[in-house]
Amino acid sequence: MTAYDVERGDSVHPGNPVKVDRYTSGARINHWITATCLVLLALSGLALFHPDLYFLTALFGGGQNTRAIHPWIGVVLFFSFAGLFIRFWRANLWVAEDGTWLGRLKDVLTKHEDRLPDVGKYNAGQKVVFWGMSLLILTLIVTGVGIWDVYFADYTSIETKRIAILIHSAAAVVMICIWIVHVYAAIWVRGTIGAMTRGQVTGGWAWRHHRKWLKELISGKA
Amino acid sequence: MAFEFELPNPSTATAAATAKFGEADLVRRSASSVPAPAKKLTPVAKLIDVSKCIGCKACQAACLEWNDMRADIGTNVGVYDNPPDLTPNMFTLMRFTEWVNPETQNLEWLIRKDGCMHCEDAGCLKACPAPGAIVQYSNGIVDFVHENCIGCGYCVKGCPFNIPRISQVDNKAYKCTLCSDRVAVGQGPACAKACPTHAIVFGTKDEMKKHAEDRIKDLKSRGYKNAGLYDPPGVSGTHVMYVLHHADKPEIYAGLANNPRISPIVELWKGASKYVGLAAIGIFAAIGFFHHIVEGPNKVSNEDEENAKRLAGSGRP
Repeated sequence: MTAYDVERGDSVHPGNPVKVDRYTSGARINHWITATCLVLLALSGLALFHPDLYFLTALFGGGQNTRAIHPWIGVVLFFSFAGLFIRFWRANLWVAEDGTWLGRLKDVLTKHEDRLPDVGKYNAGQKVVFWGMSLLILTLIVTGVGIWDVYFADYTSIETKRIAILIHSAAAVVMICIWIVHVYAAIWVRGTIGAMTRGQVTGGWAWRHHRKWLKELISGKA
Repeated sequence: MAFEFELPNPSTATAAATAKFGEADLVRRSASSVPAPAKKLTPVAKLIDVSKCIGCKACQAACLEWNDMRADIGTNVGVYDNPPDLTPNMFTLMRFTEWVNPETQNLEWLIRKDGCMHCEDAGCLKACPAPGAIVQYSNGIVDFVHENCIGCGYCVKGCPFNIPRISQVDNKAYKCTLCSDRVAVGQGPACAKACPTHAIVFGTKDEMKKHAEDRIKDLKSRGYKNAGLYDPPGVSGTHVMYVLHHADKPEIYAGLANNPRISPIVELWKGASKYVGLAAIGIFAAIGFFHHIVEGPNKVSNEDEENAKRLAGSGRP
């Protein structure tokens, strides 16, 4: 029986150093399409959110184009993220050690890995990012369609649109904050970015940060 | 008593006319700021006396004519309203209501000329994200500047009167301009000029309030004890005002807003959320930066790699 957090394609290659396959090429392409959409959405959305950032509309060919293209990028992101969700949801289910890990966040931030429980493919922080993104993207697509007046103006009342746009803005701000955490964590924890560019991490990285997952992969192989 | 009113709306020799106000007279500009104008223009207002309106729609025709628009041929929806709603090509619309006065059991035919109210505190302007797409002159006129409009529809959400309409043709917002181009050369709005009963008059806001007082006195003498002026304070007054025979119940006039104000949701969205939102993003980025400065990178050690090798059974036995 495979553990809940072992995903398709995960495997260990003994050697010097040990290499561990973490993301398939499909997952990586899926991730980068989503990431590109998210960055474009943040830029075009912020341009319309605060007047001081209106200059960002120039990146999209002016205000009219920014207004027109933003929702379409949102649709692409929604389906692209749905792909990531299907790939990753199972390994992101909350388990007992996640509470312990989160309770020792101070040790996480001060690099005291020795005081943390062994974690699976994703730690509690990554799971919070995953479920937070899932919930926010759902919120953003629903409220976004509600204010996509070019096509759906007549389906919602003006009062509903007011509420929708406030929720849309707030959800987008929270999402950008989560995105900052996601990107920062990938930079801070050295050796992580290779997982999403080449699909591999070193055995040492897996030992240090996802020991339970590494042990499962090795024992599963044995 | 017939009310004698000298039409404050004479024709001007257009050839000689130069605009009496323009860019230098802006007091508000959407998503941007303007320097305080050197001089303040006298606030203007259009006064619509609902009790004198005969529902002829001359104002609608004059509006189309002056703005060079044609409404599509529509279908009869069972009431006199034609077209049934404001459109990007129909800035003003007579709305007809049949209302039974519960006190007299009389059927009263209420006719209200709907259109932009030119709020002093304009919700459309507050909501607009495009710099300079909505402007307000010091005489009170709120105008849309179409070359700056991006068609997002935020003005629709900001407006407490449901006035702006987005064109499906050019994706820009349209509404009554209070004939700012005519007013700039000393003429009144086209609708006021065309009104055969002088139910629509135009002048300085003070003049119009005074005129309204006379009209209200007249209406009260005829038994309309609740006659009054509609100049809602919730939006700091409007530059289009109504004389209503039942000013205590504006909603009976085809849903005219009773005590309108910019929605608190819009105020929150365009107020605190803008600053809190950007601050939150900035704080998260700063925390990341300083965390890295203080803690340094989280690097995999050689010991970690050795442990992995031992576990994977590779390298040294």
